[in-house]
Amino acid sequence: MGLPNNYWQLSDVNRDYRVCDSYPTELYVPKSATAHIIVGSSKFRSRRRFPALSYYYKDNHASICRSSQPLSGFSARCLEDEQMLQAIRKANPGSDFIYVVDTRPKLNAMANRAAGKGYENEDNYSNIKFQFIGIENIHVMRSSLQKMLEVCELKSPSMSDFLWGLENSGWLRHIKAIMDAGIFIAKAVSEEGASVLVHCSDGWDRTAQVCSVASLLLDPHYRTLKGFMVLIEKDWISFGHKFNHRYGNLDGDPKEISPVIDQFIECVWQLMEQFPCAFEFNERFLIHIQHHIYSCQFGNFLCNSQKERQELKIQERTYSLWAHLWKNRADYMNPLFRADHSQTRGTLRLPTTPCNFMYKFWNGMYNRFEKGLQPRQSVTDYLMAVKEETQQLEEELEALEERLEKIQKVQLNHTKVKSKQSEPSKHSGFSTSDNSTANTPQDYSGNMKSFPSRSPSQGDEDSALILTQDNLKSSDPDLSANSDQESGVEDLSCRSPSGGECAPSEDSAKDRDSDEAVFLTA
Amino acid sequence: MKPVQPRPGPQVVVAAAGPAAERSLHPRPGPGRTGSARETPGPGPAPALVFPRPVTVTAGLAAPTGAWGGARPPRPVPAPPACPEPGHSPPQPCGGVTASALPDSAVPWLRPRETMEFAELIKTPRVDNVVLHRPFYPAVEGTLCLTGHHLILSSRQDNTEELWLLHSNIDAIDKRFVGPLGTIIIKCKDFRIIQLDIPGMEECLNIASSIEALSTLDSITLMYPFFYRPMFEVVEDGWHSFLPEQEFELYSSATSEWRLSYVNKEFAVCPSYPPIVIVPKPIDDEALRKVATFRHGGRFPVLSYYHKKNGMVIMRSGQPLTGTNGRRCKEDEKLINATLRAGKRGYIIDTRSLNVAQQARAKGGGFEQEAHYPQWRRLHKSIERYPILQESLIKLVEACNDQTHNMDRWLGRLEASNWLTHIKEILTTACLAAQCIDREGASILIHGTEGTDSTLQVTSLAQIILEPRSRTIRGFEALIEREWLQAGHPFQQRCAQSAYCNSKQKWESPVFLLFLDCVWQILRQFPCSFEFNENFLIMLFEHAYASQFGTFLGNNESERCKLKLQQKTMSLWSWVNRPSELSKFTNPLFEANNLVIWPSVAPQSLQLWEGIFLRWNRSSKYLDEAYEEMVNIIEYNKELQAKVNVLRRQLAELETEDGMQESP
Repeated sequence: MGLPNNYWQLSDVNRDYRVCDSYPTELYVPKSATAHIIVGSSKFRSRRRFPALSYYYKDNHASICRSSQPLSGFSARCLEDEQMLQAIRKANPGSDFIYVVDTRPKLNAMANRAAGKGYENEDNYSNIKFQFIGIENIHVMRSSLQKMLEVCELKSPSMSDFLWGLENSGWLRHIKAIMDAGIFIAKAVSEEGASVLVHCSDGWDRTAQVCSVASLLLDPHYRTLKGFMVLIEKDWISFGHKFNHRYGNLDGDPKEISPVIDQFIECVWQLMEQFPCAFEFNERFLIHIQHHIYSCQFGNFLCNSQKERQELKIQERTYSLWAHLWKNRADYMNPLFRADHSQTRGTLRLPTTPCNFMYKFWNGMYNRFEKGLQPRQSVTDYLMAVKEETQQLEEELEALEERLEKIQKVQLNHTKVKSKQSEPSKHSGFSTSDNSTANTPQDYSGNMKSFPSRSPSQGDEDSALILTQDNLKSSDPDLSANSDQESGVEDLSCRSPSGGECAPSEDSAKDRDSDEAVFLTA
Repeated sequence: MKPVQPRPGPQVVVAAAGPAAERSLHPRPGPGRTGSARETPGPGPAPALVFPRPVTVTAGLAAPTGAWGGARPPRPVPAPPACPEPGHSPPQPCGGVTASALPDSAVPWLRPRETMEFAELIKTPRVDNVVLHRPFYPAVEGTLCLTGHHLILSSRQDNTEELWLLHSNIDAIDKRFVGPLGTIIIKCKDFRIIQLDIPGMEECLNIASSIEALSTLDSITLMYPFFYRPMFEVVEDGWHSFLPEQEFELYSSATSEWRLSYVNKEFAVCPSYPPIVIVPKPIDDEALRKVATFRHGGRFPVLSYYHKKNGMVIMRSGQPLTGTNGRRCKEDEKLINATLRAGKRGYIIDTRSLNVAQQARAKGGGFEQEAHYPQWRRLHKSIERYPILQESLIKLVEACNDQTHNMDRWLGRLEASNWLTHIKEILTTACLAAQCIDREGASILIHGTEGTDSTLQVTSLAQIILEPRSRTIRGFEALIEREWLQAGHPFQQRCAQSAYCNSKQKWESPVFLLFLDCVWQILRQFPCSFEFNENFLIMLFEHAYASQFGTFLGNNESERCKLKLQQKTMSLWSWVNRPSELSKFTNPLFEANNLVIWPSVAPQSLQLWEGIFLRWNRSSKYLDEAYEEMVNIIEYNKELQAKVNVLRRQLAELETEDGMQESP
């Protein structure tokens, strides 16, 4: 992120979790924010979660900071907190204001005032723009998921049952609210160049969702396999998202359980649907992460904070999911991803008009065990297989060229007369120039390219679906496929994939051999 | 596949009548004429005189851009019959992304009489400074032109988008006025909505009334296909691509239990059937005539599909005319039973609920009584009839176009449209039919009331499920030809209006669109099993509603014969089946799959077809990029494969030679 720099510094104010026990020990804060200001501000914030840097946008110095709600009640003020926000504003010389985004519905925030909490008063803070974005609380989300899962479990529902159920669950509306918040922040940062402070109540649920969605929209790095792991480490694990409570890892209060990170993961999927080339990873990656958040197989998602994790020595006593995922990364790659693709770079821009139809039911997640409901053929898997095959072909091509070169060198030394004589005996189907020079293959493929509708692997339906090593090892089927292609030049319409066409071409391959044999005996 | 002989058509008439047109037009300048002939810089004055006035305007407009076919030099008066011109950029399909030019449409060679009719309809042929608004495009200012069949907007600059819209694609228009600025909102049959800001109240009114008149021509022979001259080389005449005899040959190799019957040669037995149908061999034409009197619309049971794997068949017909007193017809019973193998039972799938079928008796219709058809079991499914489907479409498109509602309202409106419910119902019935054939090993007869709508949806979808061939491009075309066009689906009536029509006409219905949507649903679930892609289905949808080709004109073969469509218009298949077009419609993921494919019909598995219904309401840029990327990946793989194969062979040859050399 290009930090630390002139405006941001690593602060050790939370060393040994002295200021806030649910925050990490190392945090970035504005350079101008002294320890005094930070501690003062932390006293004015719920659970002492003072404003700290979540994401820094290199291009224009705008930043996303996160905190919990201020303890403002109806009229309380805190000079240090006001100074803290000012410091954040000043850390971005490009803008003379900051947004303060409260991700709660206004009503909820106002109710909190009665308990001595609440939200920032625009009059007390200089140059802030305050904004509510109504994302519901964990209890609403829990029951929403419950309702949606009930719909998924209906036995042979009608279309109406399903759509009504989906609508009544409100799930997609909640997803949209989170996305809207993320989009708002990403726009503020990238287009207006304004810094944003995000909070909800405690700043560990909705804030985490919104900050990570915004980061994902803004920064291509987070859309890569590694970057996404970093993002979850950053906004979720280190900033004290309460995994134990939310996902019921231990027997606890059922009211604390809520699908908070599930919603974030679904937001990522919704984005992947709209920007199919922008993410390095695929749907399976998301589903596996979601699975392991609940599985407790790895240590990453245990405990409620870094402090707890440190106390339990989680790092020493458990394995990390990330290593496991990284080891199997080949399974998680999005075949459409290309680092140099226009979608990959820069900010993901979503349409300004609210398009409700953009958000779809995630069948692959919520019906993942009902294989019958999934598409029967996976484009991703198909393309992954093709890409893998391509890679093997590339390697083989290189090896073949090398060998060919060697042999040709040897042959040239042997005899030139020989090759001249053998030419007339070549099978008519092969071009005579085939074995003359090394640049022929290129020309040939140029020819091939002009017949795009040909299927690459005749004879074996599944060869591209399930990569067959045999296909690569044994040269016979490929030989036949090749002469098949040549005959296809004559008549495009007769490119049936049946083995029937392979047979004659195999014969022709044999013919050639026998021709040569005849020639030689003669 | 030799090029089709140029056909005598309107072109010849024009060539001969050219001077006559000149004479008749000359002394009668149309209203609102602004000396447009003089502005024609390109082809010179000759075409300005020969061509009807509105066309002249177009030609003049086209000349500066140089990109339009309108700037073509005029033909000498004794013009040779129009021959296809190779190398010319082909016209795009009528709808859709067709902002680009239809080169030849700028110069439709009109017959003089019709010229006059159009000229009278076009009060203001041209307006400058018109602003075009479309979603996701910047507004374009340019000159608006009306020709007999097109609405054209040109910015008169290179590299800017223009609008070419067939009048027949216009479903409805709204007018609005703010001061002297008029606004026309054009709602198209392909669901697109565009807005034209036209300065001048009078111009705006004239344009609006012209569009209204030209988009609702009352005579089919005035429609564009009768005037369209293809600028591409016809390699294969689509009118002869799918002859019933050829289709029958595919079956006759496998079975001798069926025969071709010419009983309907004069369309006398059944007006909505083609002249040639496939019937059970033991049933003679006389019996067929009798059965026809017992079936709705004379639609006696005919073969729709023969499942080679086990010899089971799908037949289709109209409802039996049992009436309230339970009339029966021995020949009908005999015909149906003739399709059963010894000891076998069959299923009759009635696409109406039992209730509806019973009610039909009061109107003389009905269903097969078990007592009279003991070897058959009747199954009732309820696919809605066409007026309800139309209502559903209107609601759905309304919901898709409404950007204001929140998430919940959207799902509620999607639900309330019932569109996906219809999709589910149709697919379920098709799966049931396929199941009877493939799993139960039983033949089936399918009918609803007329046997021209839901019946065809089911028979054709069952074939998509059962028959790998129908998942190829040619096979699918053959399927549409056989099960929709030949089978007498009334395209003219059903596709006369689309989702925006206000007038309550009672024949319109998106029956064909629902079928295409169902195919798309299966395609989505089996993305590698179809040779064609989504664009192919979208293209068919567009052409069913508005087209330069004659394929979807008329309600049945009888009408098409009377209209002489084969002689006077071009077939859609002639255009589609050229390699350059086919490449756009080919699915790069296709790997022939010879199995029966069983789609899921659970609500979770069915989706709104965004490519059709949200096509104009969202940007598809990122999805298009993804598609392109996919094509690239596959093409690169093929390329490498070819290279590797060549090298391997070379190597093999060299090595054998080597071996030979060393051995002596």
